[in-house]
Amino acid sequence: MALTRSRSNRGRARGHDASTRYESRTGAPAPKPPIVALKDATVVYPGGHVALERVSLEVGRGEFAFVVGPTGCGKSTLIKLLIREVEPASGEVEIAGHDINGMPLSRVPKLRRRIGTVFQDFKLLPNRTVYDNVAYALQVIGASRGEIRTKTPEIIRLVGLQSKIHNYPDQLSGGEQQRVSIARAFVNHPPLLLADEPTGNLDPETSIGIMQLLYRINRTGTTVLVVTHDREMVDKMRRRVIQLEEGRLIRDEVSGGYHDESTREFAARLHRELDVEPSTDVNDILDW
Amino acid sequence: MSRAVFFISEAFRALRRSAAPSIAAIVTIVVTTLLLGVLIPVLKASGDKTQDVRDQIGLNVFLYNDAARAEIDKLGAELETLPHVESVDYVSRKEAVEILAGRVEGELSESLNELNSNPLPPSFAIDIDSPTNLGAVTAAITKTGPSGDRQPISPIVDEVRDARQDASKITRVTGAVTVVLAILAVLLLIASLMLVGNTIRLSIYARRREVEVMRLVGATNWFIRWPFIIEGIIVGLAGAVIAVGILWLGKVTVVDPLSDNLNLVDSLSTMGFMPLVIILVSSAMIVSALGSGITLRRFLRV
Repeated sequence: MALTRSRSNRGRARGHDASTRYESRTGAPAPKPPIVALKDATVVYPGGHVALERVSLEVGRGEFAFVVGPTGCGKSTLIKLLIREVEPASGEVEIAGHDINGMPLSRVPKLRRRIGTVFQDFKLLPNRTVYDNVAYALQVIGASRGEIRTKTPEIIRLVGLQSKIHNYPDQLSGGEQQRVSIARAFVNHPPLLLADEPTGNLDPETSIGIMQLLYRINRTGTTVLVVTHDREMVDKMRRRVIQLEEGRLIRDEVSGGYHDESTREFAARLHRELDVEPSTDVNDILDW
Repeated sequence: MSRAVFFISEAFRALRRSAAPSIAAIVTIVVTTLLLGVLIPVLKASGDKTQDVRDQIGLNVFLYNDAARAEIDKLGAELETLPHVESVDYVSRKEAVEILAGRVEGELSESLNELNSNPLPPSFAIDIDSPTNLGAVTAAITKTGPSGDRQPISPIVDEVRDARQDASKITRVTGAVTVVLAILAVLLLIASLMLVGNTIRLSIYARRREVEVMRLVGATNWFIRWPFIIEGIIVGLAGAVIAVGILWLGKVTVVDPLSDNLNLVDSLSTMGFMPLVIILVSSAMIVSALGSGITLRRFLRV
């Protein structure tokens, strides 16, 4: 227990180093480094397929951004790059000022604990209940038993699954499984949440629920990066859109008429604009 | 501490949830441990038997019945000074009869009592340091004379005899048995180790997706590995305990009653049951735990 704590202290100390380096380079008072920064990142898969080609972008803290593009454009590779499932052939990938490709393999788990990830296929542990799936993310970081007992039910209530807390993933619908996946990604309150096609397998009504949940998480200060090919949803959300095509960044619109709205307003607008009947229970569950 | 509890409960959860592969792994370990449990004592027994026979090899110097006391003492002292001789025991005619009576039973011992006179000569029983020196000691006692015929060092010596021929026969037979058993044991061991490894690999392969998810959530390799290793220890322990139970049953019902009659089986007692149990249980646990830990490695590569 003590070991883990001292290690995370060291991690914090390094973060400080990184920001001082940033300061001396720019000569300006150090702004916090962007949560995600890609510099000319190129990813080549074995066999020669170029998944990403010289992509440079920055995502600031607290932003809500979409990554869009057709299938095979490199969207999922971008997510894999950020959690270091793949490494770039050239270029740099920085998370909160840390070059994650220079870090030793042994630190990769720690990186992943600071990033919540939501996958299209949910990636839940099939042999565990909703509760245990969410608790696993806390057990991994060495949380105390008391912490697990209070935080886990809290976050499950937050995503509206308290009635299914002891169900196994195969007893849940797709939308419910995705909400478990989001709960697991967010239970540590990571500064960055990545979502790879979170609504890919879901119907429009459930998709709005999931988007609403992600929006709500974003409003707590967490940076949210959503990969999707649902153009309609992206247009209605009016947030930053990063568009990829054949591995290249072809559009980066910082704001499409963005304005601050409450989660309830947000959901109501989405329902209206996407022409989907709001189901009252989802709204009630998600209201917090 | 709470981590250890978590890992152990994770291991039991995995065992419960994948009962069929766990049982398969336990059964293979039972079979392997049983084989080991039978082969180790048998190998050790046949080795001991060979050693036993080699230790018994000595020389007997038979004397004439009318040898004088003084000459016998003189010869005894002389024999003791010979190289390679460890001890010299004088066996009088009376003692020779007693030894013989102790070896034979039933009618033969009765007929021995019926004899009016003692047919056995007095003798010296000589222990030598190693069976390979038998020839040298024999040559030292019966020197070759100038005319080529063999001349004993003392006129009272009638005959020098050794048990070399009997011994080499027994050594050859037990040696062959040991080699055959050892080859069998090694082959069986290799086969069952591969079987255990394969079973463990199957049960982990079935859970590779789960391991992948754990990695993506940020679990360190050891965090993922410990439950698997503990699971391996539990499987190994369960398998070994079952095998030891079967071995114990076999020992009580088959081997122990036999050991009163059969010389070879009697040697089984040279291997205590407790040390055997400890060897079997610990090796089963180690093999099973290492098997899990090593197999998992290929799924932990980032």
